[in-house]
Amino acid sequence: MNPNHAKKINNQRLKQLFLSVSLLTLAGQAAAQSQVNISEPWVRATVAGQQATGAFMTLTATSDSKLISATSPAAKIVQIHESSMKNDVMSMQQVESVELPTGKAVSLSPHGYHVMLIDLVAQVKEGDKVPLTLTVEDAKGEKQSIQVEAPARALGAPEHSKMH
Amino acid sequence: MKSVFSRRAVLGSLSVLGLGLLTGCDSNKPSFKYAKDLSNTIMGRSFKLKDPQGETRMLTNYRGVVVMIFFGFTQCPAVCPTALARAVKIKKLMGRDGDRLQVIFITLDPERDTPKVLDAYVKAFDPSFQALYGTLEQTAATAKEFGVFYEKIPSGDTYTLSHTATSYVYDSLGRLRLSLSASLTAQECAEDLLTVMEVRS
Repeated sequence: MNPNHAKKINNQRLKQLFLSVSLLTLAGQAAAQSQVNISEPWVRATVAGQQATGAFMTLTATSDSKLISATSPAAKIVQIHESSMKNDVMSMQQVESVELPTGKAVSLSPHGYHVMLIDLVAQVKEGDKVPLTLTVEDAKGEKQSIQVEAPARALGAPEHSKMH
Repeated sequence: MKSVFSRRAVLGSLSVLGLGLLTGCDSNKPSFKYAKDLSNTIMGRSFKLKDPQGETRMLTNYRGVVVMIFFGFTQCPAVCPTALARAVKIKKLMGRDGDRLQVIFITLDPERDTPKVLDAYVKAFDPSFQALYGTLEQTAATAKEFGVFYEKIPSGDTYTLSHTATSYVYDSLGRLRLSLSASLTAQECAEDLLTVMEVRS
């Protein structure tokens, strides 16, 4: 065998090895560095037979992103809603997405944007851990799924946010 | 829990204010600090609905207690649990007088809020709270009587509701007296509710 040829193959192998290691590292970094950080997730507990409830949390994006959808094994339908108060009338509507500007803590609360869990599979009891998968999209259109476990707080639990 | 405000001090200052401001006017007229005074408003004079046990309920069933009514639906993620949680706090702040406050939750979504769910829902906040429901027509008529706005908002294959978030208060003689905005704190509501209880005109 031509020694030059052998060297060439070795180099190629090394390159391949290097490449796959780098890819692995990149993948690892992506998993560790979430596009959006989530804090204080919670779901409001329900009574037996109640068909829907809300999920709340604070989202902070590391780069301009938006929350575009959510799913949960706890509910057949999961939607993003926005509630607002005007003249003491609470208005509710479904929204397409929630903007998450870089570094800004965006709160999903009963008095603004929130995740609605509709057609609940079972009663959500206080202390239950409700799994949620949020899909966020960055400015380049790249999507990322984020897993969250939201503990259920009592139905009458006080909220941390003020209403006005 | 400590008493956050002294009822006597509050009522004392109200009387002094009343004497100063209302000389020459109707001196029996109580002054409410935060609530909207509905004493002279012709609305909310009647309702006829059912409790979860199927008994017909009208205003006359609540003579002797002060009634606070809130309209909502159990799937509401926002203002309904907030208003009911506030009602729990109001009752506590009122101390022993809180025992003379009857909180009523009227569903605006009788299609989905079954009597059983309604009952469990309000009692999860306080076992003394009562839920009432009617047919779609009765619900519409009751809301109209109170000037309560509500509207079904389609969302995908389902719907949610937009609705008035105000609480309405009757005195122990069954007369509509106050509307309490959703923006008021429990303490602000409790102060005006105690005034409703004190003044017998």
